[in-house]
Amino acid sequence: MKSFIGYMSALILISLPPIGCGNSTSETSTPEIAQTESTQIRELKILAHDSFDISDDVIQEFEDTYNAKITIFKSGDAGEMINRAILEKGNPSTDILYGIDNTYLTRALKEEIFQPYVSPMMSNIPNHLILDDTFHVTPVNYGYVNINYDKDYLKNNQLELPTSLEELTQPQWKGKLVVENPATSSPGLAFLIATVSYFGEDDDYNYLDFWGSLRMNDVLVKDGWSDAYYTDFTMYGGDRPLVVSYATSPAAEVFFSDGKYIEPPTGNILIDHATFLQIEGIGILNGTSVADLAEKFVDYTLGKRFQEDIPSRMFVYPVNPEASIPDFFKFAQVPTLPAVVTHTTIDEKRDEWIDAWTKIVLR
Amino acid sequence: MLGPKSYYDNPNTTVKRDFSIIQPLKSVASVRLLIVIPILFFCLFFIYPLISILYHSLDANSFEVSNPFIVLLNDSYYLGRIWFTFWQASVSTILSIIIGMPIAYFFAKYNFFGKTILKSIISLPFILPTVVVAMGFVVILGPKGIINSILISLFDLNESPLKISNTLTIIFLAHAFYNYAIIVRIVSALWENLDKSMSESAKILGASRLKTFYHITLPLLMPAIVSSAILAFTFSFTSFGVVLILGGSKFATLEVAIYELTTKLFRLELAGALSIIQIIFTFVFLLLYARLQASSSVPLSLKPSETSVKQKLGLWDKLFFICIIPYILIVLSPIVALVWRTISSILSYQFTQITNLFYPERESYFYLSPVTIIWNSVKLAIPAVLIAIIIGTLVSYFLSRSKKRGFSLADAVFMLPIGVSAVTLGFGFLITFNTYPIDLRGSWMMLVLAHSLIAYPFVIRSVLPVLRGINPELRESAKLLGASSANTFRLVDLPILSPALIVGTTFAFAISIGEFGASILLVSPELTTIPVAIFQFMGLPGSTNLDKALIMSTVLMSVVTIGFVMIERFRSKSSGAF
Repeated sequence: MKSFIGYMSALILISLPPIGCGNSTSETSTPEIAQTESTQIRELKILAHDSFDISDDVIQEFEDTYNAKITIFKSGDAGEMINRAILEKGNPSTDILYGIDNTYLTRALKEEIFQPYVSPMMSNIPNHLILDDTFHVTPVNYGYVNINYDKDYLKNNQLELPTSLEELTQPQWKGKLVVENPATSSPGLAFLIATVSYFGEDDDYNYLDFWGSLRMNDVLVKDGWSDAYYTDFTMYGGDRPLVVSYATSPAAEVFFSDGKYIEPPTGNILIDHATFLQIEGIGILNGTSVADLAEKFVDYTLGKRFQEDIPSRMFVYPVNPEASIPDFFKFAQVPTLPAVVTHTTIDEKRDEWIDAWTKIVLR
Repeated sequence: MLGPKSYYDNPNTTVKRDFSIIQPLKSVASVRLLIVIPILFFCLFFIYPLISILYHSLDANSFEVSNPFIVLLNDSYYLGRIWFTFWQASVSTILSIIIGMPIAYFFAKYNFFGKTILKSIISLPFILPTVVVAMGFVVILGPKGIINSILISLFDLNESPLKISNTLTIIFLAHAFYNYAIIVRIVSALWENLDKSMSESAKILGASRLKTFYHITLPLLMPAIVSSAILAFTFSFTSFGVVLILGGSKFATLEVAIYELTTKLFRLELAGALSIIQIIFTFVFLLLYARLQASSSVPLSLKPSETSVKQKLGLWDKLFFICIIPYILIVLSPIVALVWRTISSILSYQFTQITNLFYPERESYFYLSPVTIIWNSVKLAIPAVLIAIIIGTLVSYFLSRSKKRGFSLADAVFMLPIGVSAVTLGFGFLITFNTYPIDLRGSWMMLVLAHSLIAYPFVIRSVLPVLRGINPELRESAKLLGASSANTFRLVDLPILSPALIVGTTFAFAISIGEFGASILLVSPELTTIPVAIFQFMGLPGSTNLDKALIMSTVLMSVVTIGFVMIERFRSKSSGAF
């Protein structure tokens, strides 16, 4: 019995500090720095999707300039991240959300999880890239979602590049395509919307028929882009030579090859109306306690330093036209006729499209 | 008078020698009131979220979207999910019984060196966290798993021949792996105490072994088989981690559907309606189980286990012995595979790289150090365990007073949290404790409460049997000698209970550390637990991430195993198999 009391007291003693911690901020919360101007290091927490990446020194520069400490939480794919933010609405555990794009935008706006902010840097941004005219979300980067293909694989298997989306439902492409789930992945949703635009919803052969045929043609669905690209794409040991990705990804392959590739080993399938212009943005979460710092960060992401770091980290284009684009981006192609779908349409129909797609493809 | 007045007034104190009725406590009103604490806890943190789920699922947008229950019951997909959950649980249970029975026989009939250790080892899968089990199966049967690697190198193949990940087979296997131990423990406990004289008479009268088994042994074992089957069925029915990781989107059970509706499709009202349906089912299962358990602890003419163990080993016996050992090893292979793969991964790193995994040299902004994650889990587990112990013990005291029908119903009700899926609980917390009057958003308390809710039933199951077995004469003697209630508790109950309490504590700790279903919905970016982190690492590409997942799985498994060893040491025989 004595041993039991000892056991229990030990447990109680150990548990007291955690209980005392209460609603804790991170363990590494910084000590106050006594200075003449009483500046403290303030924490800025950023919620991002798994594909977010930026150079450490770019972050470091912001931290030094504004006496801040930045923590970035990667929490899954864009869709899940936004759903979680909605569940935390009004009392968010982070301050900024990075990675809300034009496909998921209205879902977040309806739930009012952001607070508006018009950054002075916005005057630089071209009109067609302003994804939210209420300025709850500020655009930061954009890219074109399309289908990438593995050049070697196609050559070795004598496969001709498809010139229309319908070709993907034909026997020679059986089991060769991997796509992302539009419920969770923003490129996945972007591609779905492109197919809606391409095939239409009411015609004889509409987008659902297309997806039904794709399912019968053994299309693979993955939750996220990095999963699909780095696990199932033949470039990385998978068995699918076609993957829904960005028109800039072939350029990224050259960049990462350290000189091994002079030309991209992968290519873009640029079929008219079958690509989608995706604009990604950043929003300040409603309920944050460091709104002013967050605003400074939004300004910073639109500044040259951050914008110029984006292409080599996330392989999409910076929105700021003054930011110079790295050399290897010459391999990135810009589709001439991406799909055009209005905001209001996306807003009205998004959930319906996702539901219908899920029924046809996953069940 | 030498004792409290009630001792003489109460007509029951003189009559029975039934160890299951504890009278003296009845006389002290303040002790009875202690049950109020668990009832409050239960209502506030279990009933209230459930009601909230019901409310949300009936209330949402009733003009635009029709009643979620109607939507669900009309949707063939969700009906299909319900049906699928049922029949995969049935198949898993049957598989568990098939796998478990030979091993139960083995433990009932044979005595050998290392028997207790082996018995502990084979029970390990049950207490392992679901992510660890899923990880083990991926390591051994996955496309890049051990068996495939062996087959590829043996037969010089181009691609993995064994493609069973993301199929039903692997789910059944994983469930059977999880639950066979339930069958083994409960059935062998009864089997080894069966009176041999009946089967011996049958043999003398000329019945073959098979006939004896079928007509004599099997009917006698039925209560144990049925009650362990119900438990195995309930656990397979509410299985989440295994189905999520190994099954993918195609094989969604109710749990996985609720999870997807919450995090991906964001249809909270449908998630709520599904949760209600699931709760109704599991309540029925648990009621059945509680009834069976209460009635089966009335002793049959049980003999001590030594008498049913074989004395002489014939040829068949030796053969069986030789076969059962590799059989057991195969059954345990996922655990072994996990440890093996982790060790070989670690060995392939240079030492600096390993420390880098845990303590990054360069400060990276995206890095959530495994050490922080492990410490998070421990920080959460300790208060959760404390709460679970207090609640569980109080409820056990209440339940130990009688075995009547009302009490067995109360038993099932208090046990509900383990039957209700963890995902449902997490979902309930998510939508309930985010506004007035209880706003726990961003607080680690949500996780602590969820964990303690899931863990306290196991404390009940450890403490209650021992409590029921306390000889009331001990308490009566203490009272006669003038001890107060508090002293009686301290000097009589506590020493007897302390092994059971240690078992309960370690059970609760293991559950909290390994909890996945509720945690995955309740973690915040800063406060991640080990199982959720493993899941996240598994979802990211690249071998470094997989290695992090492997290492954390092994750490988790080791912690749980150590706890488990302690449970086995302190568990008393009279506490029964479960």
